[in-house]
Amino acid sequence: MDKTINQKAWFLVLPVFLVVAFSAVLPLMTVVNYSMQDTFGNNQFFWNGVGWFKELLDPSTDLGGRFLASLGRNLFFSLVILAIEVPLGIVVALSMPRQGWTVAACLVILALPLLIPWNVVGTIWQIFGRPDIGLLGYVLNAIGIDYNYVSNDIDAWVTVIVMDVWHWTSLVALLCYAGLKSIPEAYYQAAQIDGASRWAVFRAIQLPKMNRVLLIAVLLRFMDSFMIYTEPFVVTGGGPGNSTTFVSIELVKIALGQFDLGKAAALSLVYNLIILIVCWIFYTVMTNAGAERKPQEGAA
Amino acid sequence: MHSIPGRRLIMALFLIFLLLPIYWLVNMSFKTNAEIVSTMTLWPHAPTLQHYKRIFTDESWYSGYINSLEYVVLNTIISISVALPAAYAFSRYRFLGDKHLFFWLLSNRMAPAAVYALPFFNLYSAIGLFDTPWAVALAHCIFNVPLAVWILEGFVSGVPREIDETAFLDGYSFPRFFIKILVPLIASGIGVAAFFCFMFSWVELLLARTLTSVSAKPIAAIMTRTVSAAGMDWGLLAAAGVLTIIPGALVIWFVRNYIASGFALGRV
Repeated sequence: MDKTINQKAWFLVLPVFLVVAFSAVLPLMTVVNYSMQDTFGNNQFFWNGVGWFKELLDPSTDLGGRFLASLGRNLFFSLVILAIEVPLGIVVALSMPRQGWTVAACLVILALPLLIPWNVVGTIWQIFGRPDIGLLGYVLNAIGIDYNYVSNDIDAWVTVIVMDVWHWTSLVALLCYAGLKSIPEAYYQAAQIDGASRWAVFRAIQLPKMNRVLLIAVLLRFMDSFMIYTEPFVVTGGGPGNSTTFVSIELVKIALGQFDLGKAAALSLVYNLIILIVCWIFYTVMTNAGAERKPQEGAA
Repeated sequence: MHSIPGRRLIMALFLIFLLLPIYWLVNMSFKTNAEIVSTMTLWPHAPTLQHYKRIFTDESWYSGYINSLEYVVLNTIISISVALPAAYAFSRYRFLGDKHLFFWLLSNRMAPAAVYALPFFNLYSAIGLFDTPWAVALAHCIFNVPLAVWILEGFVSGVPREIDETAFLDGYSFPRFFIKILVPLIASGIGVAAFFCFMFSWVELLLARTLTSVSAKPIAAIMTRTVSAAGMDWGLLAAAGVLTIIPGALVIWFVRNYIASGFALGRV
């Protein structure tokens, strides 16, 4: 659809602009301000220039070491959950019943974990995984696996990953299901006439149609897992040691725990910058995907 | 829609995987603390409602639910009402900086809440909104407003432009056209957007906890109180957790037929 050029449209956008500017630009200015200064308490601030940023990106200092280690852990975590959740989400979407009341029932149950407050998700898994009172921990120990997420690094990681799979695979599945629903029945009939195999139907019809929603799913999951805070904080508190301390947990520790405003602000800016870059790539790919689709639609 | 072999089994296993931890929470909420700690039982052998009774009679507990619902509803109303005109503008017009503005909005949806926790604390303390539902409602706008604009823009684009033109020819003023014609046409879209605003505001804790101390404390933050000198009150914690799941479950039930269409726009 061709859009008309109308500068008065700014008046319609103004409320959104004001609300978001109030809650995004003002705080961000504070952060930029803090990131250049040092404080010794008492509300006295001293100019520190780019000192915090230098320290942050230098792994030999305490701050830089902590930041880069948590960044590495966070990237690894994001990649692992993407590698599990995306294929699993596709499989679940393909397994949805075709019609009847079971469709609604499955949708409701799938959406349920998405609407549980994040700290309650943490609480559920904290309880569920405990060796003394939780079903999972109890059963695992009963069959001879020594499982304790409080003291063992690997167990803590497994718990956090399984929890995230439990929490968010539904989102991927629901997105894929929506993509699959938009495929006209005629495509399948044509494939049947051609004698296409199940796999060929998936490769040639279903996967291309899910392209766009999958892109959204991957990037949403990447973003959200990259800023994960509440769930691992409740379950493991970032431990044992620092083994499940992700970037957000580290940031809140520095900002609200130690009240190290300068360091926290510098970390925030670098963190935000990473997110912004990924977000920009996402936006460009999305708009390009939209632009490519248009000529095809015109030809059809 | 064609499915894969063994789909019933896969679906059943996945649903069990989803429901088992929730069942365990519900199960624990009906047990006495003695039963929880001493034995491993698959269902409550001595079912009790004591934990629920405690939550519903103790004001410091149930006020948490009221506080949470208060800021969630406030946030949903603010988000939808400012996002509607903007969605219309983005859908119908081109104007100076529109693409940049849209990207800027989107980038705020992705910004980590942890970055904003401290500045928000300073900001809302300075303007005297700290510890009120308004602070949390406004703070949650940072990710809900962009989301609402994004979802609604898709629905507005689905309304043919001829409808606008006919209405203006018929002498409708812009506000009247907006309320009398456009809003009813995209009612289901508004429902979907409200669902997602509700959802993301309801599940968020970091900002909600940072911006409140006593009088507007959300239930999620109150739950951390179950740790006491006598150890964890597991039953109470479980009961409070179950009660936080219920509003979400109710909302899903009402919008179940729209969930798929909301996701179908690929705009979440």
